Amino acid sequence: MTLTPELEATRQQIEAYARDYGLDFYEVIFEMVDFETMNQIAAYDGFPVRYPHWRFGMEYNRLSKAYAYGLQKIYELVINTDPCYAYLMNCNRDIDQKTIIAHVYAHCDFFKNNATFAHTNRKMIDVMANHGTQIRKYIERYGEDTVEAFLDTCLSLENLIDNHSPHILRYETKSLNQTSYMDDAQETPPNFRLRAKPHMDKYINPTDYIAEQEQAYKDEQKRYKEQFPSEPYRDVLLFLMQHAQLENWQVEVLSIVRDEALYFAPQRATKIMNEGWASFWHSNIMTQRAAEASEIVDFADLHSGTMAMSGQNLNPYKIGLEIFRDIEDRWNTGRFGKEYDEIESYEEKRNWNKDLGLGRKKVFEVRRVYSDIMFLDEFLTMELCQQLKLFTFEYNGSSEQYEIASRQYQDIKHKLLTSLTNFGEPYIEVVDGNYGNRSELLLKHTHNGVDLKQDYAQDTLRNLYTIWKRPVNLETIVDDRPTLLSFDGSDHSSRTL
Amino acid sequence: MVNQTKIDQDLGRFKRIIRGKVRENLKKYVTQGEMMGKQGKDIVSVPIPQIDIPRFKLDGNKGGGVGSGEGEPGDPVGSEQGEGSGAGQAGDQEGQHAIEVEFTFDEFVEIMAEELELPNIEPKGSEQLQSQKGRYKSITHVGPNSLRHFKRTYKEALKRQISAGEYNPDDPMIIPIRKDQRYRYCQEVPEPVTNAVIILMMDVSGSMEDEQKEIVRITSFWIDTWLRSHYKGLQTRYIIHDTVAKEVDKDTFFRIRESGGTVISSAYKLCAEMIQKEYPADQWNIYPFHFSDGDNWSERDNEASIQIIRDILLPASNLFCYGQVESRYGSGKFIKELSKHFGEEDKITLSKIENKDAILTAIKEFLGKGK
Repeated sequence: MTLTPELEATRQQIEAYARDYGLDFYEVIFEMVDFETMNQIAAYDGFPVRYPHWRFGMEYNRLSKAYAYGLQKIYELVINTDPCYAYLMNCNRDIDQKTIIAHVYAHCDFFKNNATFAHTNRKMIDVMANHGTQIRKYIERYGEDTVEAFLDTCLSLENLIDNHSPHILRYETKSLNQTSYMDDAQETPPNFRLRAKPHMDKYINPTDYIAEQEQAYKDEQKRYKEQFPSEPYRDVLLFLMQHAQLENWQVEVLSIVRDEALYFAPQRATKIMNEGWASFWHSNIMTQRAAEASEIVDFADLHSGTMAMSGQNLNPYKIGLEIFRDIEDRWNTGRFGKEYDEIESYEEKRNWNKDLGLGRKKVFEVRRVYSDIMFLDEFLTMELCQQLKLFTFEYNGSSEQYEIASRQYQDIKHKLLTSLTNFGEPYIEVVDGNYGNRSELLLKHTHNGVDLKQDYAQDTLRNLYTIWKRPVNLETIVDDRPTLLSFDGSDHSSRTL
Repeated sequence: MVNQTKIDQDLGRFKRIIRGKVRENLKKYVTQGEMMGKQGKDIVSVPIPQIDIPRFKLDGNKGGGVGSGEGEPGDPVGSEQGEGSGAGQAGDQEGQHAIEVEFTFDEFVEIMAEELELPNIEPKGSEQLQSQKGRYKSITHVGPNSLRHFKRTYKEALKRQISAGEYNPDDPMIIPIRKDQRYRYCQEVPEPVTNAVIILMMDVSGSMEDEQKEIVRITSFWIDTWLRSHYKGLQTRYIIHDTVAKEVDKDTFFRIRESGGTVISSAYKLCAEMIQKEYPADQWNIYPFHFSDGDNWSERDNEASIQIIRDILLPASNLFCYGQVESRYGSGKFIKELSKHFGEEDKITLSKIENKDAILTAIKEFLGKGK
């Protein structure tokens, strides 16, 4: 359903304000939907045209139950496409819709301008729809259970992608370039011919046989000479697509899973910034321009509800908003750089104001080039940590509960950055596609202090095996000991290195 | 844009996986979870299974995290959700795959149905539990003379003659014409013909502690509920016993607190009487269930009980189920006696219910498929 005439007027007004503030976005198409439709769209991550899979049903069920029990309500949902599609819940109050429309325009500005999203496909609706058609075709041909089981296997490896691969062509020149192999292999072709009288030669040394021998030798050379892959391969899914013994449809399914994972990756990489940016602008637009005097209390209520955070839940809206506000303030007053950092007097620091007025410019710059991890690393100051009452918490085994561990700035920052590194996923690469010269696969987990969940690791290795079809190995650290986890098709083994 | 059937398909598929109907190897990733929800003013916990696709991930428990709020180092951190913290979150919720499903009561029974059945059920009495029976309850204008309804025909003729002015009170002669004739008409009425009965017997003696009684009640509740939902018109009778047995109604059975000694044969005697009087074995599928802690009063009563089972209960029953709960005091000897005497007998099922977790196993043993 399109917007009501009243809301359409509001939308035009808000859009004008947003453009006036310098926000830059693709056209945004708003639709009003009821809660059932909203839950469905959300279950499909904004793309109802996606391929059929049980996990969307699972997510829908969760959202429906959460909504039914009053635990969660989705106000709005916006997807990164050109034009952007934004869905508004039809039961929102007018003041909610007004705020949300402002919020949405800032999201769309972020999608369009943040560098992390530079290479996302803005026609993703079409791509997703094609994926859906493709998967349905495979289901018809190979059966639902077969295709779904393979999809599940791929999804089990979904996090083993290189989030930067849309931006960098890493593997073009080296390991995948066949010519370098050929040069090496042609060095010393040995003589496979046996001595024979000329008229017997074609019987004793059949051309086919000789060619076969030479080819086998070349292949062997190739295998010995080159480590494969020549350098650690971050994009495990791509590696599997290119080198695993798969049927064509399976390669396609793997590719679909990878494409969609890569499409959603930037949203994970900028969750705090994106929500912070949207909140920063909805609050600016509403308080400075759009909200009527009669609406301001309701707006404040909605806004503070959205910004609430407590206990173990770090609210990205709140963190992001506060950091953006802080950046604007610091660059307005000139509280940055060497000169400011070297001030020792607390009083002087507090009253520092050079009236630079660079704040607005700076926040737009930050929204363009940063992602969450850099954003927090650079702009989460000690003062902000205190102001937001941040702490780190850890599990206390003896009291069987989570307890506040520290309020030290360094500890908090370390923990936050660790949790954002690679989205809190383990860093795993392919290091050898011909491990032990037996076509086995060797992955390496770069351990950064936290072990892998062992039972999950074992089952994931099992899934990896179904794709690689040869024994698979994972080098990791378990209880401070370097360990090789293996699965050979029937048994799991674990060997200390 | 949104296709209702599409999400229904995905949801249906998910539910079938959860129930282990399809993709059985996924079933091991189904875990129990719960969601704290609100129902009116009350906070309720909705038990929910989840499917978690395995992937390489960090062992979260060792990690901890960053939070915000008041408190000193060492203070416990609450994990309660901030109020209204749900705004606009979907769409960028990747990575969160904790799945939550609430089953309705009906769904749960349906799930149980996929694993359970009433063993050894045979067509007895009539072919179906629901049967059609003809009754002459209706009236029609045509029919054989043998079914003519005299009274109604007379009335019709009287009415006609009065309205036509032909009726003479001094000479009350009524002559029915063809139009006045009324005949009895046979109408098919569905009549439930019950042919299965469940007799639930429970030991409520002093040695049965509250926990034991609870286990028994949960077990019999599910057996009862499930059977009722699947065998329409099924009868259930409830017997409780300590040293004497008596029949009670359902409500009492599930609520009563008793104490006293244990004479198992008293219950069997009552059960046997019930069967002999009301449920002839050639007409009924009979399923006696007995729950006790197995701590019978005397050896002699054990023998008496076994005697009744052998002579009356077993020959009449399709299946006799005995469930024994663990008791701190009881010798628990009765189940051994039973297995000694009836170890080879197909028509008797014995199950030890050690704790609440064993309830489902016990129900499956009693009603499991493939017997």
